[in-house]
Amino acid sequence: MENIQPNDVLAKAEFLRNNLSTGFRDEIVKSLYSEAEKIARRAVKTADNKKYDFDQTVDRLVTSPIVGLPIMVILLGLVIWLTVSGANVASEAIATILFSFGDLGKNFFNQIGAPWWLTGFLWDGVYLGLAWVISVMLPPMAIFFPAFTFLEDLGYLPRVAFNLDWMFKKSGAHGKQSLTMAMGFGCNAAGVVATRIIDSPRERLIAILTNNFVPCNGRFPTLIMLATVFVASAFPAALTSFVAAGTVVGVVLIGVAFTFVMSWALSRTFLKGEASAFTLELPPYRRPNFGRILYTSVIDRTIFILWRAIQTAAPAGAIIWLLANIPYGDVNLARAIADWLNPFGLLLGLDGVILLAYIIAIPANEIVVPTMMMMYMGAGMMIDGPSSNAAIFDLLVHGSGWTMLTAVNLMLFALLHNPCATTIMTIYKETKSWKWATISVVITLGLGFLVTFLTASVARLLGWT
Amino acid sequence: MTNTKTILPTEHCETCPAFTQLEQMGIKVGDFDRVVALAGNPNTGKSTLFNALTGLKQHTGNWPGKTVTRAEGGFEFNKLRYKLVDLPGTYSLLSASQDEEVARDFILFGQPNCTIVVTDATALERNLNLVMQVMEITENVVVAVNLMDEARRKGLEVDARSLSRDLGIPAIPVTARTGEGIHTLLGAVAEVIEGKVETKPLRVSGTPEFQKAVNELVPMIKQLAPGIPNARWLAIRLLDGDARVQKAITGGELEEIVSRQYQQDAQFSKKMSVEGRQ
Repeated sequence: MENIQPNDVLAKAEFLRNNLSTGFRDEIVKSLYSEAEKIARRAVKTADNKKYDFDQTVDRLVTSPIVGLPIMVILLGLVIWLTVSGANVASEAIATILFSFGDLGKNFFNQIGAPWWLTGFLWDGVYLGLAWVISVMLPPMAIFFPAFTFLEDLGYLPRVAFNLDWMFKKSGAHGKQSLTMAMGFGCNAAGVVATRIIDSPRERLIAILTNNFVPCNGRFPTLIMLATVFVASAFPAALTSFVAAGTVVGVVLIGVAFTFVMSWALSRTFLKGEASAFTLELPPYRRPNFGRILYTSVIDRTIFILWRAIQTAAPAGAIIWLLANIPYGDVNLARAIADWLNPFGLLLGLDGVILLAYIIAIPANEIVVPTMMMMYMGAGMMIDGPSSNAAIFDLLVHGSGWTMLTAVNLMLFALLHNPCATTIMTIYKETKSWKWATISVVITLGLGFLVTFLTASVARLLGWT
Repeated sequence: MTNTKTILPTEHCETCPAFTQLEQMGIKVGDFDRVVALAGNPNTGKSTLFNALTGLKQHTGNWPGKTVTRAEGGFEFNKLRYKLVDLPGTYSLLSASQDEEVARDFILFGQPNCTIVVTDATALERNLNLVMQVMEITENVVVAVNLMDEARRKGLEVDARSLSRDLGIPAIPVTARTGEGIHTLLGAVAEVIEGKVETKPLRVSGTPEFQKAVNELVPMIKQLAPGIPNARWLAIRLLDGDARVQKAITGGELEEIVSRQYQQDAQFSKKMSVEGRQ
C-alpha cells in the first residue's frame, strides 16, 4: 500500500461507517454537549439580577402577539415621519442653493461666449442631473439611515424577525427572511447578499426573488416626494408631514404584503416545499455606540449610495439633454420616444415620459424622478429648476397633465418594478444563474405592469380620473 | 492609509513580560508575518473585536448573521505584522448554510496560524460547542471570552482560568467594545503561535468503537497527504459522510494545503528562527 489513492480512503471510510452502530453520530453530539455543560458550569457563577429581567420585560412587550406588530408599525411610522418632515426642509434648501449656482454657471458661460450646446450639455444636462439627485436623495438618506442603524445596533431587528416568523412560515418561506427584508430597506443588493444566512436553497431563492418588494433607499425619495407633493397637498398644511409619512408607511406595508403573497405563490409553484425550522437568538439590548452609528449610516450607507447615484446621474443627465436636443421630425428625440411609449404608459395610468425615465434609470433607480423632471422641463414647459414642492406640483399637474392616479400608480410602480442593475447582477452572482436573475426581473416587472394596469382600469371604470 | 493610530496598553504595563504595542493598520495587509482568524457564534462581537484591532470600520450590528463574507484587515503587535480575518458567525462547523461554509473552509483550508474563537460570556455553554469543534481541527486556538461587561451587568462571574484549564487552551476575558483585555489576548495569541504556550486541546472522543474506526482511518489520510495537520478531524468528518471533505480529498485540496504548510513553515522559521518546529 505504498501508493494510496484518494478513493481508497473514501472507500475505507464508507466501509468503517457501515460497520458502526447506527447511533454513533448522536453519541458524539451528546458527549460534546455534556462536556460543554460541565465546563461551563465550572467556569460560570450566576447571581440573581434585575437588569436581565428588564430585558425580558421589554421583550415580552415588543414580541407580544397582541402589541408586537402595532409597535413595529409605529416605529416604522416614526422613522419615516422623521425622515419626511426633516428631509422636506433640507431638500428645498439644498435645491435652492444648487439651482442658483447652476444659474450662475450658465450665465458665466453665456457671458464668455461659450457655444450654446456646451452650456446646455454641461449645465442643463450633467449639472442639473447631479443637482437633482443630491437635493432629492441626500436629506432623506441622512435621516433614515442613522435611525435605521440605531434600531439595528439596539438589537431590534431579531425581534422583528420573531414577530414576522409565523407569517413567513405560513407563506412557506424562512423566518430569517424578515432580516434580509429589513436589509432590503437599505439596499436591495445588500438584502440579496444577506440571504446567505438562510440554509435551505429553496427558501433562500424565495428571499432573493422577493427582496425587491421592499423599497430601498434609492426608491424612498421617489415615494416621499410623491406622497408629499400629491397626497399630502390635499390636506391642511399642519397635517402634511403626517399624511405623507402615513402614505409612505402604507406603500411599505403594501410591499411587505406583496412579499408574503409572492413567497406564498413561489413556495406553491416553482419552489415547492415546507418552511424549515430554525433557532433565532434574541440578543440582549445593547447601548448603541453613536459614533459608530454615524459612521456606518453616513459614510458606509449614505455617501456610498449617493456616490453611486451621482455616477449614474451625470451620464443620465447628459443623455437626457442629448435626447431633448436631437431633432427628430418636427420634435426632438426624447419627445418622439416618449410619444411612442405614451399609449402604453397611459394604459398603466402613467405616461410615456415616466416609462422613458425608467428605461434611462435602469442602472440606478435613484434617478427616476430627476430624469422625469428633466424630461418634462426639457420639453420646454419650464425653464428654471423647480425647487419647492409647489413648483413641482405645478410642473407635473399643469405642465404635464398628471392626476392623482398618475401619482398613486407611479408609487406602486416604484414599489414593484424591476430591480436596479446592481441588484440584478448581485442576484446573478449569488444564484450563479441567469435564469433566476431573469425570473426576478420578469416577476417584478410583470407584477408592476399588472397592478398599475388594474388600478388604472378600475379608476377609469369608476370615473375617478 | 497614513492615519494609523497607536493604542497604548491600558493595563499594568510593568507586569507585562515585554512592553507590548498594538498598531492598527487598516486594510494594509500586503506583507504580513502571521494570519489570525476570528471565529465564533453569531452576534458575539467578532466584528467589534476586528474593528478594535485593525482600526477598520467593518459594519457591526446587534443581530445574528450580519457578517456573511469574510473581511480582512491588519495590525502590528510587538513589531510583527498580523493579517486578521473576520469570519461569519456559526453555531457549528458541520456546515449547513453558505456563511457557515465560509467560516469552516477558512479555518480548515485557509490554515491560519491561530484561530481566536470569540465567545459570549453570558451564554458560555452554548458557545463552547463551537470552541470544541474548532479545537478538533487545530491546536492553535485561543478563546476570547467577550462581552464581559454584559456578563457583569447580569451578575455572572466567569472564571477564565477554570475554562482555560478544562479546555487546554488559553482563555482570555475581554470586552471588545471598550478594548479591555485586548493586549492580553494578543499576547496569548503570539505565545501560542510561537509555541511558548503549549496547548492541549480537550478532544471529545465518542464511543470506543468509533475511536477505533478513527484510528484506522487516520494513518491512511496521513499517508495520502503527509504532514497534514488535522488528519483526525478529517477522519471524523469522513466517517460522518461529509460531502465537502470528501470533495477536498478527491479534488486535491489536501495536497495544496500540505505544500502551502511547508512553504509557510520555511518562511516562518527563516523569519523567526524558531527551532524545533516542523
